[in-house]
Amino acid sequence: MSVVHPVATVANGGAPGSTGGDGTNHKLDVSIWRGGKNGRFVSYGITLRESQTVLDVVTYIQRHVDSTLSYRFSCRVGMCGSCAMTVNGVSRWTCRTHVSEVVKDGRLEIAPLSGLEVVKDLSVDMTGFFEKWTRAKGAFVPGPGPSRDFAVVSPDSPQRRKVDAAIECIGCGVCYAACDVVSWNDDYLGPAALNRAWTLYNDVRDAGNDKRLAAVAGNVGCLSCHSQQSCVKWCPKHLNPTASIAGLKRATVKAALAGRL
Amino acid sequence: MKVRTETLLWLAQRLSAMVLVVGAIVHVSTNIYAVRGGLTAAEIIDRVHGSTAWLAFYLVFAAVAAIHGPLGLRTVLNEMTPVRGRAADLVALVLGVGILWLGWRAAFGLFG
Repeated sequence: MSVVHPVATVANGGAPGSTGGDGTNHKLDVSIWRGGKNGRFVSYGITLRESQTVLDVVTYIQRHVDSTLSYRFSCRVGMCGSCAMTVNGVSRWTCRTHVSEVVKDGRLEIAPLSGLEVVKDLSVDMTGFFEKWTRAKGAFVPGPGPSRDFAVVSPDSPQRRKVDAAIECIGCGVCYAACDVVSWNDDYLGPAALNRAWTLYNDVRDAGNDKRLAAVAGNVGCLSCHSQQSCVKWCPKHLNPTASIAGLKRATVKAALAGRL
Repeated sequence: MKVRTETLLWLAQRLSAMVLVVGAIVHVSTNIYAVRGGLTAAEIIDRVHGSTAWLAFYLVFAAVAAIHGPLGLRTVLNEMTPVRGRAADLVALVLGVGILWLGWRAAFGLFG
């Protein structure tokens, strides 16, 4: 078996008889974004192995074909949110995305996440993404005095249920890259930051909601969401940031009517 | 614009939409029901002339249209065009005043 690369043919290194899962060898044409903002796609031909993920493919190319390929990953098991990329035009977590789920006509096109500045190849600068979490007051604000005992929060309380529905965000940036509003408004906080603000808004221990609501209202916040739900469709954790944003819309309106904004 | 004002304008657009839906249904269904042999000015005047109910309906209808449409246009301008901020506010304000003036002028004119 062999790997076809624009500049070299490299031994695959895979076990003879590697298959695509149905007993046959499948060639995969992988186009990967190389360079910075003004880069280009470069094609690599590899042999698809059984149960291979998109991250496996990128790792294989980096280790066996072109060691200058840059990309980011950490846990490989869907916990850390490091490895999100654009795969065949769609934002995905690559470590939990099997090639068989997304391959089209034997082709994979892998690009960096959209909406973020490309550092090199498949690595993007997440600074802007997480700065928006800060702008959305996405940090817990303790009350004025020291707590004398543990805060008891019933798992069945309505607020705790709202938090539970939104808390499992891993900060991968898939929703952010998939959001149309982000694409046309650089200042828009985006689904992930607003989802985070919603979890804190419902945290009964938190004392920062007035400032938080002021931060997430207005043109750059929840009121700009068009409810198109791309974030819901592509969130790998199956969260519903649109519902969180709708909750923030209701909360900001109530605060505005009460004169608290 | 202040966050509170922005939020209240957002609310105004949603509330005006709710009224506008009812108003548009009444307006269009009345037109469909009432038209006999073509839509004529004489027929319309005959129906609404001197009617306080129709005057009230169209005053509200024009008012919510004057709120909803310009606020929507303002959002489109801010999101899709270089006309943003104060310029978009001004365009929306002029359009809103224009729709209100024309709508109320027509409503009072038909009332008689």
